[in-house]
Amino acid sequence: MTTLELEKTPQQQPVTAKKPFMKKIWNFIKKNPAGVIGIVLVVLSVSAALFAQWIAPFDPSKANLTSRLAPPSWADETGESVFFLGADQVGRDLLSRIIHGAKISLMVGFFGVIISMVIGTVLGLISGYFGKWLDDFIMRIADIQLAFPFMLFAIVIMSVLGTGIWKIIIILGLTYWVGFARLIRGEVISLKEQEYVQAAKAIGGTNFTIIRKHILPNVMSSILVLGTMYIAEFILLEASLTFLGLGVDPTIPSWGGMLADSRNYVTSAWWTATFPGVAIMLTVLGFNLLGDWLRDRFDPNMKL
Amino acid sequence: MLVPKALALFLGGTKMAAYIIRRLLHTILVVFAISLIIFFSIRLTGDPVSVMFSAGEPTKEAIEEVRRNLGLDKPIYVQYGIFLKGLVTFDLGESFRSGMPVMDLIMERLGATLALAFGGITVAMLIAFPVGILSAVKRGTGVDFFGRIFSLIGISFPNFWLGIMLILIFAVNLKWLPSSGFESFEHLILPSITLGMILSGILARLVRSSMLEVMNQQYVSTAKSKGISDWAVIIKHAFRNALLPTVTFLGLQFGSLLGGTVIVEQIFSWPGIGRLIIDAINQRDYPVIQGGVIFLAVIMVVVNLIIDLSYTLIDPRIKIGGSGRA
Repeated sequence: MTTLELEKTPQQQPVTAKKPFMKKIWNFIKKNPAGVIGIVLVVLSVSAALFAQWIAPFDPSKANLTSRLAPPSWADETGESVFFLGADQVGRDLLSRIIHGAKISLMVGFFGVIISMVIGTVLGLISGYFGKWLDDFIMRIADIQLAFPFMLFAIVIMSVLGTGIWKIIIILGLTYWVGFARLIRGEVISLKEQEYVQAAKAIGGTNFTIIRKHILPNVMSSILVLGTMYIAEFILLEASLTFLGLGVDPTIPSWGGMLADSRNYVTSAWWTATFPGVAIMLTVLGFNLLGDWLRDRFDPNMKL
Repeated sequence: MLVPKALALFLGGTKMAAYIIRRLLHTILVVFAISLIIFFSIRLTGDPVSVMFSAGEPTKEAIEEVRRNLGLDKPIYVQYGIFLKGLVTFDLGESFRSGMPVMDLIMERLGATLALAFGGITVAMLIAFPVGILSAVKRGTGVDFFGRIFSLIGISFPNFWLGIMLILIFAVNLKWLPSSGFESFEHLILPSITLGMILSGILARLVRSSMLEVMNQQYVSTAKSKGISDWAVIIKHAFRNALLPTVTFLGLQFGSLLGGTVIVEQIFSWPGIGRLIIDAINQRDYPVIQGGVIFLAVIMVVVNLIIDLSYTLIDPRIKIGGSGRA
């Protein structure tokens, strides 16, 4: 049966049917080059994070002093180095550490955004929909949070709490909800006056149903765009904190931590300082491009 | 709010006065809230004394002694009261390690941090203005495309990595500039570029969009129709009007710039307040951490206040009424 089916498939789909599909993809790429680059970069970094154990050529934490600061294999004149991107100060493979480091960056990005998104969306909906003193209260808190730079806040908290990935995620979530809340509040205020919302109210819809059925679906695209851009920002913030020694545990492979390690070897081993930074840049650029593209697709006038 | 209105009546009863007073009160509220957050997050997330001693085994007397010296034996609201009283009189307590007043330690370092912050803003403007203006004038061309790519890349890499790369290229390989220290103008160049680069990416985007907005205005078309040369119109008429949102933005970004100095100072061994804070963290010197962070936060809030007020004075179109919120 299987052989029969295999033979059947090309007959059912004429040769010409394949072309338009490829052409469609090609047209899509030609129309949205930046968006496609963004998608590719995001897919690459997410796959690195998800399949790190299988992709990474070496054990990321296995130290080997004989290969200490070994140069990248293609730049090694002696031809001894087996490491494509070189090795760090205790001889661990840089490429494997970068691949495993993707896990930390993306975890912080995704979970941080989920927490801030949930808090921000709920408070933004309440603030915009119910208004009055609730709105005043929530927006006053938002003002205060905005006046306090995240880096300083995080430095204070992390210096007391000590390193840890979940601590960073929670701090990010608890400070960045403001962006979501303000964005959603603004949209809800204008949506509230729309006729279909007024109509839903007139026929006796409860506040909960109106928010769930008529308001939330209309703010989803903005939430998605801001969320994508915040992933990029959170990855940068985590790397900075870890670089300062206030982020994730230094024994776990992370991009910020690798750059912190590399500081003392900038003069002798340029690769240790270069490649983790390239990894951060490409990942963050990917999410920024994706966010830009999503925004242009949904609503070019979105104030983001 | 009743209080600002009453005060404004007292001061002459203009709407402007009411606005200024409301902004002042709001600023005080924000500073108060920040002090509250910093104070309690340090106190509630752990016992500063036990963390300070985490390296060795202290005797009970030693711990008690330190607690008394730091005033940690008093109830927490009393401690906060003392802390607030200190804030008002610019007294941030004494360093746990050196015994020096925290305010003196900060003042010693303030010059270096301000030099770095202004260096960063200068670099950001030097890059962002030409890029943004060219992108707007040559809209839709290759120049515009490159300008936008530049802005996007500018916000996509961590500034500390840029700092490391600059050291690698200009200090280690080319040996053109020093990689660390604070002695001459040359020492300021690499840190300023590091700090200003990210800001320049965001700023170039803003300059571009405000230029585009202004260039569609009637007075620009009028100037053009009078036969004034293109660049004269762009600089004299368009750019001058596009400057206002840019300046406001720079003021608002001052905070994240100060946050950025913490990292940049760490990379270039720059003797500023950021480095003071990081050193204090490594030494578990809580009064210094607390004082340094509050100092930076207050500077930032005050700068925002000044920008906000001058903005309303410069541009009478800004609506003064309303709730004072965006």
